[in-house]
Amino acid sequence: MTIIAENPIKPVAAPSHVQQKVIASLNKRHRKEKLFRSLGLGAVLISLGLVAVLFINIFSKGLPAFWQSAVTLDIYFDPAIIKIPPKPVQQADESDNDFRQRDLSWQTEVGFINFNRLITDSLQKVLPDASKHRRDLTRMVTSGERFALRDMVVADPAIIGQTRTLHLLTDANIDVWLKGNIDRSLPDAQQQLSPKLREWADKLKAEGIIQNRFSLALFMNPDSRSSLASAGLAGAFMGSFYMMLVVILLAVPMGVAAAIYLEEFAPRNKLTDLVEVNINNLAAVPSIVFGLLGASVLIGWFNLPMSAPIVGGLVLSLMTLPTVIIATRSTLKAIPPSIRQAALGLGASKMQSIFHHVLPLAIPGILTGAILGVAQALGETAPLLLIGMKSFVASVPASPFEQASALPVQIYLWQGNELRNFFEARTSAAIIVLLLMMIGLNGLAIWLRKKYEKRW
Amino acid sequence: MSNSAPVKISAKDVKVFYGDNEALHGISMDVYQNEVISFIGPSGCGKSTFLRCMNRMNDTIEHCRVTGSITLDGRDIHEPSLDVVQLRAQVGMVFQKPNPFPKSIYENIAYGPKLHGLAERKADLDDIVESSLRRAGLWNEVKDRLDQPGTGLSGGQQQRLCIARSIAVSPEVILMDEPCSALDPIATSIIEELIDELKQNFTIVIVTHNMQQAARVSDRTAFFHLGNLIEIGNTNDLFTNPQQKRTEDYITGRYG
Repeated sequence: MTIIAENPIKPVAAPSHVQQKVIASLNKRHRKEKLFRSLGLGAVLISLGLVAVLFINIFSKGLPAFWQSAVTLDIYFDPAIIKIPPKPVQQADESDNDFRQRDLSWQTEVGFINFNRLITDSLQKVLPDASKHRRDLTRMVTSGERFALRDMVVADPAIIGQTRTLHLLTDANIDVWLKGNIDRSLPDAQQQLSPKLREWADKLKAEGIIQNRFSLALFMNPDSRSSLASAGLAGAFMGSFYMMLVVILLAVPMGVAAAIYLEEFAPRNKLTDLVEVNINNLAAVPSIVFGLLGASVLIGWFNLPMSAPIVGGLVLSLMTLPTVIIATRSTLKAIPPSIRQAALGLGASKMQSIFHHVLPLAIPGILTGAILGVAQALGETAPLLLIGMKSFVASVPASPFEQASALPVQIYLWQGNELRNFFEARTSAAIIVLLLMMIGLNGLAIWLRKKYEKRW
Repeated sequence: MSNSAPVKISAKDVKVFYGDNEALHGISMDVYQNEVISFIGPSGCGKSTFLRCMNRMNDTIEHCRVTGSITLDGRDIHEPSLDVVQLRAQVGMVFQKPNPFPKSIYENIAYGPKLHGLAERKADLDDIVESSLRRAGLWNEVKDRLDQPGTGLSGGQQQRLCIARSIAVSPEVILMDEPCSALDPIATSIIEELIDELKQNFTIVIVTHNMQQAARVSDRTAFFHLGNLIEIGNTNDLFTNPQQKRTEDYITGRYG
């Protein structure tokens, strides 16, 4: 410190002409920099805010739909109502086919039984004035539940004569009423529910017989239009699952192979230039055009089934191919040439240098590209509308060749349902499921990239 | 180096074209067995290009065409019956920037022998790895961490790993393309000592920007300029008594 004392800092000389100019321009530069930075920050904040609004909106609407009103009843499987012969058992001398036929006709017979009676009978026990309002009584529980009861009997006929405590979904309108999404001040003429049903619903809710329970129906059931409360995503989910299977089995290997060929083996000439330009163009083709292609070529010429995940998967594969090819090629381009040279210099053939050294390094990038392509395909709706996947399908497909819907199409269908105040929440719930799958896929992509990433 | 040693590589009127551009204008020279020959010259003079002709690495560059003849032990290396894989097993290469594979040290060395089926048993492979690392002077530094990535070594160690890797396939000639240009002086001197030892068993062709290095390690030196071979001779003669004006200008630092 003494040094400073001995050598006091000389007074700063007046800035020279050049320095004055620099100082003057400095202020301007700093101002511009500040402006640019705040613009960028503003853009980020606005987009984050919009995403937050979207998420809050979807989650606040959708989360309640995961819980549905269910009435807890002791169902007596009354032998007086369920009058059926014993379940057939295969005889020693009976062929499989004969037995199946006998079993099916037995099941048909079970189907004729009025299982609604079981429900109304047990409802009567908790609703003393029920006998005067039988019509209302049948509307308390959603109609799909009687099939659940039938399935229980078919699965285990020994249940007849016993009593089971079951949680049965209420009618969709009762669910909406109890969630407070119907204006209670509206006159009777404008209400969906009869005055008696509204009274019962409030009474059972107050007694704790109707409770909000986590809705397995949303995940286990296919779509339904007769029993809205039990409409679920299972059919759409399986449809999407089969399509993703087709995309992963078709688009990913084909895209990666095409990219390797184009990047590493193909000669650079007019033809490959044309191919390259067209791959980039293909990535920009509106997805609905791929749907038209699927409708005219796959369904029209090759006579593949309508509304089937196999067709949807093929169409989405076409749509995903350019994404996979472009991502793979850019990953391959980024592998340093020194690695290839090292392998070639040791006497590896071109293919060996690619498969032993280039591809292992490219795997994280290829996987990321492939998964993002698959995620994009998972969310695609437009092409599926044109190949018939927007039709109402009330079953869970057992194979990619059966009729099915898809998650994004299911969202589109539910969004258009007439029972707005029930399906608005259901739609948002479906969006949440789809978003979670997307986040899962993206997370998987990040995890794989981190796992296989190597330094060089 | 005496000219009585047998000729290992012989080049006659080698021209290299990049598209329409002629980069080498007819180079002819012989490389003798077990000598160290260095190529010097200013950037872009074609010395690396010529080096890469010797194991046909130029084949990997598109639009690159090589004319003239290069023979290895009297056999034309462009002969259709000679597989380029076989040639590169005989003529190894070490590159300017150390380029170990992003694998373990062991895997780096073992890759070449595995590729050519040089080791039948694991023990043989272990022997090759150890002897290659020993000859590259790296064994003592890495023997305890053979399973660690080769990319984790220092720059000089990486380059010696690359040398060990090329030794492992028992080549006859090793081409080195500015092997020390990315290394510090200490690592450079270690590699230079290594080159001196390696010439007992290998013929070494080295491209260098560093004239002192050429003077230190090589028996003979060739000076390239603008795609021409200007002068070739014993290193001592070339540096002390150059025959060509351009050589003299270059080695005295007038350009380059």
